[in-house]
Amino acid sequence: MQLIYEKSIPGRKGVKLPASDVPTAAPLPENLLRGEKAGLAEVSEMDLVRHFTNLSRRNFSVDTNFYPLGSCTMKYNAKVLENAAALFAPFHPMTALLPQGNDFCQGTLGMLYDLGQMLADITGMDEVTTQPLAGAHGEMTGIMLIAAYHKAKGNRKRYVLVPDSSHGTNPASAAMAGYEIITVPTAPYGDMDIELFKKAMNDEVAAVMMTCPNTLGLFNPHIKEISDIAHSHDALMYYDGANLNAIMGKVKPGDIGFDVIHVNLHKTFGTPHGGGGPGAGPVGVKKGLIPFLPCPRIVMDDDGRFGLETANPGSIGRTASFFGNFGVMVKAYAYIIMLGREGLIRASEQAVLNANYIKEKLKPWYDVPYDMTCMHECVFSASRQLKQGVHAIDIAKYLIDRGYHPPTVYFPLIVKEAIMIEPTETESKATLDAFIEVMIEAAKTAESNPQALLEAPLTMPIGRLDETKAAREQNVCCLV
Amino acid sequence: MNDSHYCPHTPAEIKEMLSAIGVSSVEELFSPIPAELRAKTFNIPPGMSEFETLARMRSIAAENSGAMLNFIGGGFYDHVIPAVVDHLSGRAEFYTAYTPYQPECSQGTLQALFEYQTAICRLTGLDVSNASLYDGATACAEAAMMALRVTGRNRIVVDGCVNPFSRQVLKTYLFNLDVEVVEIAPLDGLLNRAELAGVLDDGVAAVIVQNPNFMGCVEDFTSLAEEVHAAGALLVASVYPISLGLLKSPGEMGADIAVGDGQSLGNPLSFGGPSFGFIAAKKTYIRNMPGRIIGETVDKEGRRGFVLTLQAREQHIKRHKATSNICSNQGLYALRGLIFLSSVGREGLAEMARLNRDKAEYAKERLAGIPGVTVLQSAPTFNEFTLFLPKPAEEVVAGLLRNGVAAGVPLGGYYQDSANAMVVTVTEKRTRKEIDQLVKELEAALCN
Amino acid sequence: MSIYFTKEHEWVKVKEGICAVGISEHAAHELGDVTFVELPQLGKQVKQFEVLGSIESVKAASDIYAPLSGKVVKVNEALNDAPEIVNESAEDAGWMAWIEIADESELKSLMTREQYDEFLKTL
Repeated sequence: MQLIYEKSIPGRKGVKLPASDVPTAAPLPENLLRGEKAGLAEVSEMDLVRHFTNLSRRNFSVDTNFYPLGSCTMKYNAKVLENAAALFAPFHPMTALLPQGNDFCQGTLGMLYDLGQMLADITGMDEVTTQPLAGAHGEMTGIMLIAAYHKAKGNRKRYVLVPDSSHGTNPASAAMAGYEIITVPTAPYGDMDIELFKKAMNDEVAAVMMTCPNTLGLFNPHIKEISDIAHSHDALMYYDGANLNAIMGKVKPGDIGFDVIHVNLHKTFGTPHGGGGPGAGPVGVKKGLIPFLPCPRIVMDDDGRFGLETANPGSIGRTASFFGNFGVMVKAYAYIIMLGREGLIRASEQAVLNANYIKEKLKPWYDVPYDMTCMHECVFSASRQLKQGVHAIDIAKYLIDRGYHPPTVYFPLIVKEAIMIEPTETESKATLDAFIEVMIEAAKTAESNPQALLEAPLTMPIGRLDETKAAREQNVCCLV
Repeated sequence: MNDSHYCPHTPAEIKEMLSAIGVSSVEELFSPIPAELRAKTFNIPPGMSEFETLARMRSIAAENSGAMLNFIGGGFYDHVIPAVVDHLSGRAEFYTAYTPYQPECSQGTLQALFEYQTAICRLTGLDVSNASLYDGATACAEAAMMALRVTGRNRIVVDGCVNPFSRQVLKTYLFNLDVEVVEIAPLDGLLNRAELAGVLDDGVAAVIVQNPNFMGCVEDFTSLAEEVHAAGALLVASVYPISLGLLKSPGEMGADIAVGDGQSLGNPLSFGGPSFGFIAAKKTYIRNMPGRIIGETVDKEGRRGFVLTLQAREQHIKRHKATSNICSNQGLYALRGLIFLSSVGREGLAEMARLNRDKAEYAKERLAGIPGVTVLQSAPTFNEFTLFLPKPAEEVVAGLLRNGVAAGVPLGGYYQDSANAMVVTVTEKRTRKEIDQLVKELEAALCN
Repeated sequence: MSIYFTKEHEWVKVKEGICAVGISEHAAHELGDVTFVELPQLGKQVKQFEVLGSIESVKAASDIYAPLSGKVVKVNEALNDAPEIVNESAEDAGWMAWIEIADESELKSLMTREQYDEFLKTL
């Protein structure tokens, strides 16, 4: 398909702006002006609409295809959430920061406060900041809070400890927040090796970052022991909330030893993923860390009025321009109040049910490196198919031809040829059964005609792309 | 079971599935969790229908004062949004997809983001752009981190005229690293060049400036770029994208990295987010860029396609050595930015920028006519300018808010000795009548 | 000219106090199509097993460690434009840098070709 710039005709316009009702200002000095107008597209509104509508049709999405992308919780995004967010479009964030401006923002500030309260209940934490703009941003904020906690006690500390099954964002976030990383291997039972963990722990460890259930979809039964050991070294426990969808109402991370948590509203709380974002990554903390939370902090006074605490000497400061991805929070708030207590519990239960169902049904066809009851996602290995020269990526491409968005492949890194399936609770049994059939077909085809898998996909507008060429040539912007 | 439409299984299906798994209840699937670790309480209120939910959200929105006449900016701006932006970005094929890891079934998102990167490069006059960051403030912090990596130095110099929120985020990002942040206090609302020259040495990784700056002043940083480069540092320019319809671009000034907030490009105010941050740089720094980058390539048949490229920079491969921890970005809002820019187009953006400046100049002249009010004169301005009032600006602004007018952002909370100063923003959305109303209201407020 | 290997899959060829350094054919194969080689700065002093540079493919990135201590006296600038040379000729034209050897005795901690081949079998 042509680029929008290739459809551009000089002089064409896509929108009519209001005519000026004021005098023309004297021109700015020449040295402040740009030489040439920016080379933006020049297309009619019709051209524009057709271009982006046709582009959209080149995507798989939750609304068009089953999208079992592991670790991403691609659940259905209720339409009413979009309607809810639109109600808040006109509110300027700066209003709340004007003198007595909070009087005019009681709805929005109050909603953020309430959302924080509900997330605190779900996660077992004492207070939540809504500033972080995505999961990784929440991780970084959380680790900075931990750094501030240690600094306040006069400790620097050097390390953050992560299991080797962790999301790449964990070590990356800890490194950005100024820590060195210690990686602990996974034991044959599918969780961080407790003996190696004990050896790795020392007084210079600032935090232990865990995903629980972990990226293999397994709940770590040693979690309390791990947090006790960490705490005995005054290391804090960080909970990566990427997999919170498995445990709502079942376990509260704050109850089992975690001190800091981020939640991914775009995963667990049903807000759309936007083709890569926006997400939102509110961070919850235990009491001892409240003094370090980002500013401005939303507070409620004795009369139930909401305000902003803008200056707090212990605070790590701002982590974002304003109050976070507010529109995403509106959607998550609406999602939580709509589902309610029972709905959230049922979401977790059926997410876990669906994952175990797929695991059992596909177990005869694909290797399961850690075969035990999983939580909301299950991880297979294509190692059996590899014997026929078929890789996980080939199975993924075959699924595309059959109308399924592939699962996550090659993650977690500790599983060879990993295929990580997260069905979520919103898929029907019929959808799961059809997907299972196609996965079985893929396994059979790997035996009977492996070449067919290597050539997939054949039904898309383009075939497999030359990624090496892209990386070597670095054409990241249209030059014409 | 009022939520069963989101969890579609019937009891019979659940039974069938449980028996396929070989367990007798859903509860049994949670048996890996030790009993003593199970939640004791769960106090979320009971659920409701979508109609009740929306009614509740309406009542929350109604607790805000909806009809505010905005003359405030501070990083977020009240601009027109063509209807196509909502409609096209509202295509579920865009907004219910995720990161385009599988290019064959994600060409829609990938091509759109490639077009977005192109728009940002052309707007900023730089060579390469990523596929978006979170917001303008975090983009500014990421640019600083990038400069630290490129130069191997450990000091960042930031102009005090840069948006205070961006400066605060910058300090938060750097607070646990062995990096020093030097802030140059403004001089007459402008970068204090003499003070900058005094701190610009071979320890400085980057100098960060903003154009137009927080006080509204427009500067030409071309000669500054030369001084910064002579010291072996990078120049980071934070810019307001609408102003680039008119103003000299970071690339033309010689800046190495440009950043900014994309809210003004077709994104609603929405109480501060989501918007998106953009970052563009000279090509030589591409491997130090944070976040996703889309690249052009071909398939076996030679057909053009787009992929995530240079992923070896990123956290999912390089883990703690990644150029940034960012994973999810603000893709949908970057898409909105692209649709906006493609809708207004080359001529439209220039026209819009001129409209903003014309309206602001009109407002500036009218407001300066109020007895006792003066205007910061040290530099030309775009669509924001600083006024000095005969009484404390906080008091005046608080008073006018009660009349439904957000008259400006008082500077007292952000700068010393500025209690009587405030910044007024006038976008193309404000009519002459509304500007005249502001003049009348302010005049009345100052008379009392 | 004798060739030695490290456990991190670098090779080193020594001649008259200077050594050439690169990555082994095994490593190049494991990485896949190389898209970028980060070369060390000329004149840089490196210690044995410290990071010398790095190498990237589409889906992986790894550091290159100095097999011996010394001063970088030459880098293979051809790799800037044609990183694929590493795939085509990892143990010859795909060299990355020349190091002026500080201490030849460090060679003792490296593997011969035979030892390296044995080592690969254990992976």
